[in-house]
Amino acid sequence: MREPIIEPNGAPAYVDHAASTPMRPEVFEAMVPFLRANMANPTGSHTPAREARRAIDEARDVVAEALGVLPGEVVFVGTGTEADNLAVLGVVRRRGGVAVCSAVEHHAVLHSVEHVGGRTVAVDRYGRIDLDRLASALDDSVSLVSVMAVNNEVGTITPMAELAEVVRRLAPGAVLHTDAIQAHSWVDTAATAHLVDAMSLSGHKVGGPKGIGALILRGALVVEPLVFGGGQERDRRSGTHDVAGIVGFAEALRLSTMERADTVARVGALRDRLVDGLRATVPGLSETVPRDFKVAANAHVCVDGVESEALLFLLDRAGVYASAGSSCSSGAVSGSHVLEGMGLAPSVAAGALRLTLGWSSTQAEVDHVLAVVPEVVSQLRRPVTAGRR
Amino acid sequence: MKVLSAMSGGVDSSVATALLVEQGHEVVGVTMKLWGGESDSGCCSVADVDDARRVAQQLGVDHLVFNFTDDFNRHVVDPYVAAHAEGVTPNPCVECNRHLKFDRFARRAELLGFDAIATGHHCALAPSGTGWQLRRGADRAKDQSYVVHMLGQWVLARTVFPVGSMTKAEVRAHAARLGLRTAGKPDSQDVCFISATGGREAFLGDRIPLRPARVVDAEGHTVGGVAAIELVTVGQRRGLSLGGAAERRYVTSVDVASGTVTVGGVDDLLVDATELRALAWVNEPVAGPVMVQISAHGRPAAARFEAGIVRWSEPHPRVAPGQSVVLYDPSDTVVLGGGIAC
Repeated sequence: MREPIIEPNGAPAYVDHAASTPMRPEVFEAMVPFLRANMANPTGSHTPAREARRAIDEARDVVAEALGVLPGEVVFVGTGTEADNLAVLGVVRRRGGVAVCSAVEHHAVLHSVEHVGGRTVAVDRYGRIDLDRLASALDDSVSLVSVMAVNNEVGTITPMAELAEVVRRLAPGAVLHTDAIQAHSWVDTAATAHLVDAMSLSGHKVGGPKGIGALILRGALVVEPLVFGGGQERDRRSGTHDVAGIVGFAEALRLSTMERADTVARVGALRDRLVDGLRATVPGLSETVPRDFKVAANAHVCVDGVESEALLFLLDRAGVYASAGSSCSSGAVSGSHVLEGMGLAPSVAAGALRLTLGWSSTQAEVDHVLAVVPEVVSQLRRPVTAGRR
Repeated sequence: MKVLSAMSGGVDSSVATALLVEQGHEVVGVTMKLWGGESDSGCCSVADVDDARRVAQQLGVDHLVFNFTDDFNRHVVDPYVAAHAEGVTPNPCVECNRHLKFDRFARRAELLGFDAIATGHHCALAPSGTGWQLRRGADRAKDQSYVVHMLGQWVLARTVFPVGSMTKAEVRAHAARLGLRTAGKPDSQDVCFISATGGREAFLGDRIPLRPARVVDAEGHTVGGVAAIELVTVGQRRGLSLGGAAERRYVTSVDVASGTVTVGGVDDLLVDATELRALAWVNEPVAGPVMVQISAHGRPAAARFEAGIVRWSEPHPRVAPGQSVVLYDPSDTVVLGGGIAC
């Protein structure tokens, strides 16, 4: 009935990589044996079980190498959201104390911190946590500080070294966690991992499958599990391993790490072409965060005088698959707590459009977006007509 | 034509959408997210969005959710709370239809290039001169013309009511034939943002102070009391702590300023005339003989309407201030317009 979601070239243009990335073909190939031939539960003792176990062990080594950590520090979990939950709830339930996070965290962190009665710290107009305010929020009672490495809506990169310095100085006992789910393809997460105690990752944001994530727990950090059962992942996350998912996730992390420098350069040039083109052709369109402060993939803009929901509908009809940045479970576009936290006026935030690129993005896709957006915006700015039927 | 069909997740709008598809229109289904707070009743819940989306999928049409929670708070919830604080009884469903389900929705549809909007209301449209006539639905027991009486020509010219000519039984039978999951779903009854567990008292109590008041008779003697004057409605009979009074007594007036609820016998409730404000007409303003309906499914009464005043043919129980009063033609089939009781 409908066209396939993603065509290799041109229209339709998939510009929602921050929501989910297309799976790399190599990842798919790596997963197939564990979806088809090998049906075994890796906790078993027979030959196929041992093969599955070996695939997980190898995948763990690959993930550890990609992130510059030890294999025993990698905990495979079901999703990025679960990784964030395990970090926040797992630390606070184990150690007590207060959780602190930035006001623009993903809801996976924000709602977990709220759930344990934690507090949030304001950000500046570009979405970077205010280090002075963070400093005043830190004391001996704080057991966890969670600040995302890259913001999922506007792409802002957290200066993790400066942040870590403040946390270590003022709350030396606190666990420093970062949600690096949007970061891995674009920034050196191995460097990030060395600054923090815990780090969340997700498969489908890096060209891997959905339904797999990882929480990196550095050193001897122990968290209270959320899921109890067979004691998999050294009792940190029970439940039968998704072997294919883990294998695919590791392959995606390996590829995106290896190709990171090239991808950043290539996608960054596409992003610049996209945003420069939009600014030249759409009056009243502004770039939400300057490019120096954000990842190469992100082209978040605000369009004066249009509503995101209407804009997205017409873009969809024209084969431009984008988002407003945040949506609730019903599928409605909801007001963005990120833009609000950055102090954007509601009238500006109402016209938010998040265009995000990724490993599969092409110039043809960018050119299709550049052809469609100005037309759609001018349709939406046309005054509503008088009676007609 | 291209039609944006409002799908609440109920059976009427499911079938309305199905009929449009069967008629060959290009249809997109939309569920409006209106109330952002907690709810356990009425429309707009995530479960209702699921139902609407699944029906749209079964019908082969796209489904979207429009988030109108900001306008819903501004135009429906805030005025609802403010009205109760003043001791009047608002009609939030009418205001929701006025501002959200028709006005904002129709403007959005226009902007997106649709020719018309559709809803599952049981009411009908007929061409009349240069404009459109709004009529009662075919199923008199389910007629919803009362809650859409204020729609003007701009909206009506781009609206269709596909189930207005059907009975509810026919609507359900059609849904069942198509295998739609909403076929047997009960009708929504209550205000969507008021929870069945907490009721109005809990909702309003979280937002405004609820104050106790004296209940007095026509002579000013205290005869009872209420815990929250903001919840008292003219015409109400229960919950007044009147003890074992011999005759039935009704609230005849509510004065929030002095904290006084006045009660009387059924005769004390009767009035000759009801003044309306915020008049809205389907077409041209009307004066002369009319039939008048004062609640969503109430029995209409004969009256004359002129200069903003309903003059009842027979003495009529006082209409609670804040309620919508809807005027029909003397044959009681065509909606003329209406207003809000002062």
